[in-house]
Amino acid sequence: MTLQDSHNGQMKGDSTPFEGSKTRFIPSKAPEYATDLEGDLLEVSMGPHHPSTHGVFRMNVVLDGETIVKLKPYFGYLHRNHEKIAESNSYLSAIPYTDRLDYICGLTNNWSYVVAMEKLLGLQVPERAEYLRVIVGELTRLFNHACLAGFLLQDMGASGTPLMYAFREREYILDLFESLTGSRMMCNYMRFGGVRCDAPAGWIEQAKSVVSKFPKFLEEFEALITGNEIVRSRTQGVGVLSKELAINAGITGPMLRACGVDYDLRKVDKYSIYDRFQFRVPLGEHGDTFDRYMIRILEMHETLKILEAALRDIPAGPIIDPKAKLRNIRPKVGEAYGRTEVPKGELGFYVISNGGATPYRFRIRPPSLINLTILEDLCVGHPIQDVVLILGSVDIVLGEVDR
Amino acid sequence: MIENADQIFVILLHWLVGLVPEPWRPWLSYLLIIAAIMGVFGGLFAAATIAERKILGRIQNRYGPNRIKMFGIKTFGLIQPIADGIKMLIKEDIVPHAADKVVHYLAPIVLTTPIWMTFAVLPMGRNMTALDMDAGILFYFAMGSATELAVFMAGWSSHNKYSLLGSMRAIAQMISYEVPLVLSTIPVLMLAGTLSLTRVVDAQGGYLLGGFIPHWFILTPWGFAGCIIFLLAAMAESNRSPFDLPEGESEIIAGYLTEYSGFKYALFFLGEYVGMLAVSAMLVTLFLGGWHAPMKALEFIPSWIWFFGKTICVILLYIWSRATFPRIRLDQLLTFSWKFLVPLALANLVVAAVWHFTNGWATPLWASVRWLLCLFLIAVPFVLLGRSLDNKKQSPRLYHYAE
Amino acid sequence: MLGLGIIQGLIETGRNFVGSYFKPERLTTVQYPEERAKSFEASRTIPMLVYDGEDPNKGLRCTACTICEQECPPKCIYIVKDTVKKPDYLGKMQMQPKIFDIDISVCMGCGICAEVCPFESIKMDQVFELSTNDRFGSLLLHKHQLAKSNSYFNKICPTQAAEIDANRAADVHKAELKAKADAEAKAKAAAAATTNAAAGVAAAAAATVAAPKPAPAPAAAAPVSKPASAPVQQAKPTPSTPASPTPSADKKP
Repeated sequence: MTLQDSHNGQMKGDSTPFEGSKTRFIPSKAPEYATDLEGDLLEVSMGPHHPSTHGVFRMNVVLDGETIVKLKPYFGYLHRNHEKIAESNSYLSAIPYTDRLDYICGLTNNWSYVVAMEKLLGLQVPERAEYLRVIVGELTRLFNHACLAGFLLQDMGASGTPLMYAFREREYILDLFESLTGSRMMCNYMRFGGVRCDAPAGWIEQAKSVVSKFPKFLEEFEALITGNEIVRSRTQGVGVLSKELAINAGITGPMLRACGVDYDLRKVDKYSIYDRFQFRVPLGEHGDTFDRYMIRILEMHETLKILEAALRDIPAGPIIDPKAKLRNIRPKVGEAYGRTEVPKGELGFYVISNGGATPYRFRIRPPSLINLTILEDLCVGHPIQDVVLILGSVDIVLGEVDR
Repeated sequence: MIENADQIFVILLHWLVGLVPEPWRPWLSYLLIIAAIMGVFGGLFAAATIAERKILGRIQNRYGPNRIKMFGIKTFGLIQPIADGIKMLIKEDIVPHAADKVVHYLAPIVLTTPIWMTFAVLPMGRNMTALDMDAGILFYFAMGSATELAVFMAGWSSHNKYSLLGSMRAIAQMISYEVPLVLSTIPVLMLAGTLSLTRVVDAQGGYLLGGFIPHWFILTPWGFAGCIIFLLAAMAESNRSPFDLPEGESEIIAGYLTEYSGFKYALFFLGEYVGMLAVSAMLVTLFLGGWHAPMKALEFIPSWIWFFGKTICVILLYIWSRATFPRIRLDQLLTFSWKFLVPLALANLVVAAVWHFTNGWATPLWASVRWLLCLFLIAVPFVLLGRSLDNKKQSPRLYHYAE
Repeated sequence: MLGLGIIQGLIETGRNFVGSYFKPERLTTVQYPEERAKSFEASRTIPMLVYDGEDPNKGLRCTACTICEQECPPKCIYIVKDTVKKPDYLGKMQMQPKIFDIDISVCMGCGICAEVCPFESIKMDQVFELSTNDRFGSLLLHKHQLAKSNSYFNKICPTQAAEIDANRAADVHKAELKAKADAEAKAKAAAAATTNAAAGVAAAAAATVAAPKPAPAPAAAAPVSKPASAPVQQAKPTPSTPASPTPSADKKP
């Protein structure tokens, strides 16, 4: 039985779906089918058009009643040839395209790419530029985690109320970005060796006031969600990820820290000026959806500390390395891998230069895609309602998965 | 004067019926009553839809619909239901090719017809019951349960996997919540001593403490518990959040409503909201004193205003809880019904019996003892059952930070 | 599972509901199209071509160097150079674009074109109501649609435009001073010289220096083409002959 047959709307009683597929999917825990009742398995495509799949993402699930037996993800509906375009254009032109990877967090994507290129070009970033990068990067992390909490609740069916609150806070931060970089989401702000433009007059004060109002919002948000029994009962124990599987599968970001593995690139690589800030890394215990959600809330608290310190200590000075060029950038022959801790995990750019004006190879390591590979292991054995929650807690953005 | 304002509709009915010759009088009387009920509750349905959208908007920090203008006059969105009605009527009615056409056509009709019939037994004011049956409450519950068949008809006839999933969930949910719904009304019937709704309302007349505290059943321990159980079960019966699994929008799009468009969808919508109105009215009748005023001093306000006012307050409570809570999962829903609400309702029966047999304890000391005893008898099962629903994974979670 | 968190959630939403009637931060909708959200100086949507003065054809700053066309990431700019040249703000003859098209259905609004333009000519505009009725035709903007005056640019980006205007005024002033110094040096050289040709050329140069106020082009052309030039060399070519400094070196006596 092929997938095409099952999509005619007829439920065929075949006990081995996915026969036509080339790869053998062996889930880690496949329950025994009830052989004495002769039930049929239902195969449903939670298709590209779905309100809760965070983009055009498709999952073929095989259901036994309401329990998932097999799950196969299909993506590529948003593939836009990012890597090929970057290999045909100059190094500077790739920066606006990186904004559009994880389109919610444009600035941190820029940062990963310029870290890679600064290794190739051997540039030194001045102090003020580093502080500006940290400030905008942490503001991005703040609203990404708030929006994730809102989207998770929306998928749970809370008819949009926490989402609206999170977006209300996000608007203040987007206003900050617009006055600094010119655009709310596609910021195109970082350059090799620094940042593109300096903060206008009064921006630092406005950023300080936004950061000072954020803890109140966090309190209200937590009062609405964290103590809610419905949220707890729907997320605790759902989608448990073990430490070993997480490390073996290459999971990074809050998903990894929710399993209890202490791995935060800001502490491991100490890139930029993160070693000057006092912040802690929260770790979870159970690795379920509730832990993934709570880790993000706790990370928001830590991010506020970093922001207060950075906004207080930002020095005056140049914002770009004097040796940096805009046009005719031809790095020496070589390769570099630059990675930063974006809100979703570890975003890496692997750039190989052959001395010409365009890169020889431009490869993106998308955290959403790598975090998504274990979706089947997380979902098998759970009812279909939990699939949406688990997918929401993995925090994918299809722009990054498909590039 | 007050008497006339209270009985105005009864007087009007008698006058109109008196205008026609003798054989036609019963027919005209029934026709007028039916028209009045459909007009009033249809208008309340329209008001409920727009109230829901505006209140949900305000809770989510935004305006609801506010652009509709009639003859150029701003109406703040209050005539939006007219626009919605026109939209639904002019939409194309799509029936899937593989659907069972007869059943597909009949499902909305089977849904809405019994709902309208339930209004026949509700006392909407002094002497304002359409049909004063001796077993009014039985008739009400019989009509209410007939709507469950329509949901299954809709899901099955659509020939769509999502619809089938949705309707199976709906059946499970509705059948499970019929039991606590009926069980929670039994103490009321026991203590009022009758199955007739008009006499249940009459039993709640009178005031204590010199006209300040009414005799409403909600102001007793068993009545309070019974009201809460009835409210939760009624939310589940009318598929309202947090129990709106059958139309779980984020997982299975619209469940059993997926394949309906145009006026049939409008009929389903109408059925759901009118059902909500019907159970709110029943709640008011059984527990909130029907058409009685809360204080003796306020008795000059006509009784039908009290009845509709209280019904509207209950509807507002429904809307408020929809804005706040996410959806609960199917197995948790069934657990909640069978393992929490049903035992609590049974315990409530015992408390009601104790209350009845201690009726003679009238002196202040003994009355407070009676209160405390009944409170204790209902609070202990509540806490024990609540604790039993926590599973081990919901123990308070501690998050530690990496060193 | 005692329902306390549920009550807390209800209180929270109730607070938002009541607050939406009294506090502006609890009702954040901007009623478009009656009100518009404010845009900032740095906001950018699509590019525009700045022109000085009143006439877009005469005052357009663009010299068709095509740097923006090369650097544009999605390659949405299409330039065709004109054969006729026109003077820029310092009087030097520059090329101009015959066709300058931007396809705004392709344009990303990244602002790289504005960043790399050496002539402060292409800048980022803030208009966002760009919908059209036909499918793609009206989304190809031509030179006359892209040209916006310097006063408009001053209105939308005050600090940046003021800085650019101050720099250009300083350039003009410096060029005038240089021209005066050149003229004085020339007069001295002419007075010191004895040949008729030198005197005739000096008289012609003095006449051309005295008459038009915009300073002689070669002095201003210095930043663009970097000639290693001595002042003597630059007094030679007159503004009427379309010559660049390099060929003029051949004409040196």
